[in-house]
Amino acid sequence: MSEASLYQAFSTVLKRDLTLAYRTRTEMVNPMLFFIIVISLFPLAVSPDPKVLQSLAPGVIWVAALLATLLSLDSMFRSDFDDGALEQMLLSVHPVSVLVLGKVLAHWLVTGIPLLLLAPLLAVLLHMPSDSIPALMTTLALGGPILSLVGAIGVALTVGLRRGGVLLSLLILPLYIPVLIFAANAVSNAAAGLAIAGQLYFLGALLALALTLAPIATAAALRISLR
Amino acid sequence: MPLTDRFPSQSQMPESTPDKSTPGLTVKGLTCARDDRVLFKNLDFRLEPGQALQIEGPNGSGKTTMLRILCGLTLPTEGEVLWNGLAIEDNRAEYMGAMDFIGHAHGIKKELTPMENLQVAMAMANTRPEQSLEAVLEKVGLRGFEDVPAITLSAGQCRRVALGRLLLSKSLLWILDEPFTALDVQGQAQIESMLVNHVEQGGMVILTSHHPLALKDGMLKIINLRP
Amino acid sequence: MWLFFHKLGSPKYFYDLSGKFLPWFGGLTLILMLLGSYWGLVVAPADYQQGDSYRIIYIHVPAAWMSLFVYIVMASAGAIGLIWKMKMADVVASCSAPLGAAFTFLALVTGSLWGKPMWGTYWVWDARLTSELILLFLYLGFMGLEAAIDDKRTAANACAVLALVGVVNIPIIHYSVEWWNTLHQGSTVARVDKPAMDVNMLIPLLIMWFAFMFYYGTTLFMRARNEVLYRERDTAWVKEMVTE
Repeated sequence: MSEASLYQAFSTVLKRDLTLAYRTRTEMVNPMLFFIIVISLFPLAVSPDPKVLQSLAPGVIWVAALLATLLSLDSMFRSDFDDGALEQMLLSVHPVSVLVLGKVLAHWLVTGIPLLLLAPLLAVLLHMPSDSIPALMTTLALGGPILSLVGAIGVALTVGLRRGGVLLSLLILPLYIPVLIFAANAVSNAAAGLAIAGQLYFLGALLALALTLAPIATAAALRISLR
Repeated sequence: MPLTDRFPSQSQMPESTPDKSTPGLTVKGLTCARDDRVLFKNLDFRLEPGQALQIEGPNGSGKTTMLRILCGLTLPTEGEVLWNGLAIEDNRAEYMGAMDFIGHAHGIKKELTPMENLQVAMAMANTRPEQSLEAVLEKVGLRGFEDVPAITLSAGQCRRVALGRLLLSKSLLWILDEPFTALDVQGQAQIESMLVNHVEQGGMVILTSHHPLALKDGMLKIINLRP
Repeated sequence: MWLFFHKLGSPKYFYDLSGKFLPWFGGLTLILMLLGSYWGLVVAPADYQQGDSYRIIYIHVPAAWMSLFVYIVMASAGAIGLIWKMKMADVVASCSAPLGAAFTFLALVTGSLWGKPMWGTYWVWDARLTSELILLFLYLGFMGLEAAIDDKRTAANACAVLALVGVVNIPIIHYSVEWWNTLHQGSTVARVDKPAMDVNMLIPLLIMWFAFMFYYGTTLFMRARNEVLYRERDTAWVKEMVTE
């Protein structure tokens, strides 16, 4: 199979999912609202004191981003599973992992990017120093795709199950821990004026690993789930 | 080496040397059990170009499972399915290029128009059709509905879009699960003539239906799955 | 070797063979455990810093080692089941999960009990304890997924994919947690520098480790034999054995 047709398959899936997301755009807003609401709960629950919020902010924003992603993951394969499009994907002449990659990219563009764009606003709400905002956005740009890629494996494993939602969080949240550690730490360091290159390299390495292995695992998981 | 297990041995290779010159689907010793219940046991048959196979049986007798096994989505408990003499899992790329499956859930996205649905299907099948998409939609009786979202179409019209996929791809083998569901009398006749035409031109059709196809003797095989 | 491997994949062969090994494994577990406990609790000298409280390592350390070992066994068995479609491998993976989770839980409980005299608190966000906790989540996820899927073969394959993903992630999680911990070391109680271990302390530790290995082997065989009988309940050999 030629590279051109592989690229065509990838872009078809990407374009299709973006079109679908655009036509159901009201659903897209939910993870973002969730992100904002969860973050606005912290000053109410802990303390509105800027010093306290400042120290919590990197972790809180990252945990909220993690949960918002988790919430949006279910939609990645759900409707395709229900209407049979997922079967057609598995029966396509193209490698399923390439099609999966298209879907994951679409998912990140539709949910990861809005979270990334909302982050500066929330950082201001939590009194983060403005020098750490670029670091926050960089970690979200590197870490966000990892969340979508690893999450896809979990969704693929639970897509056929009636009560997959809670199980999904049990399956993938432990796998998110390294991303959370490096990303939140990078942001805290940036806020304290320390170097963050090391953490970013780690995130980059994790992204490279996830990008190569996760689509294969997701494709295998989809085949198993659809039996 | 006598193996006293009932599991398929891994070293099972087709006894006859693969013969690429005669295309066809061969089924050997196919057995499927679900939760202690044997759906079918030791089925053997062969389907060649210019033949159709109709699978009959009451609800719950395993018709859909059988079709899913034949297209490689589900694994049989025992036995194997060969395409052109090679097990379908070893010959996936070729088999997927030669086979089209329309299941009970037909994979039509509700948010896309019939045209867009067919475009996606075409990219997934990696084919360049001889006829235009408009012509295909006209053949399945959807003229004038090209650009409305599929959500506004009736169940029967959606099924027509799905069946239109068959005309686009140049697949030899069509595997169809209850293709006449939700179609009106006129639609049933249209689709039936489409299937008969395909077989008479050297194609192959496997379907589950209670509706007998008007084919000459020798062209139609029937398997009855009794519980 | 291949022949043996292939034969082992046959449930009946496994059942017969494991039946012969089982008493030996059980006996060895008992002997090693008694020996190790006696040596560790009575013969081995007390630690010059921690006194007798360190003796919990004879449970804690082997359990922590086993928790990782069992996960690797589980993932390997899962991979074998996935690639060569060997059903015995599925059985081994599925029977290992609760055992591994139990070892992990034991390591966590003994770790936090040990923490009380050492750190003055039951729980410290120490790198090893945190890693064990995450490992426990991975085990629970595996068991949760297995329980959620009705079809045994589908469940086994889905869990195998999950275990393989987990195995790739365990080192990453482990090192990231370790790294995270060294950063936050100031907020937790610093670890006591470990002096070289007395031989009399080390030997019982190794004996206990072997005892835990054989315990795992014994319980795995017992569980796997039950599971085989259940999964093979329709076959002639099981029916024949039951009616005998």
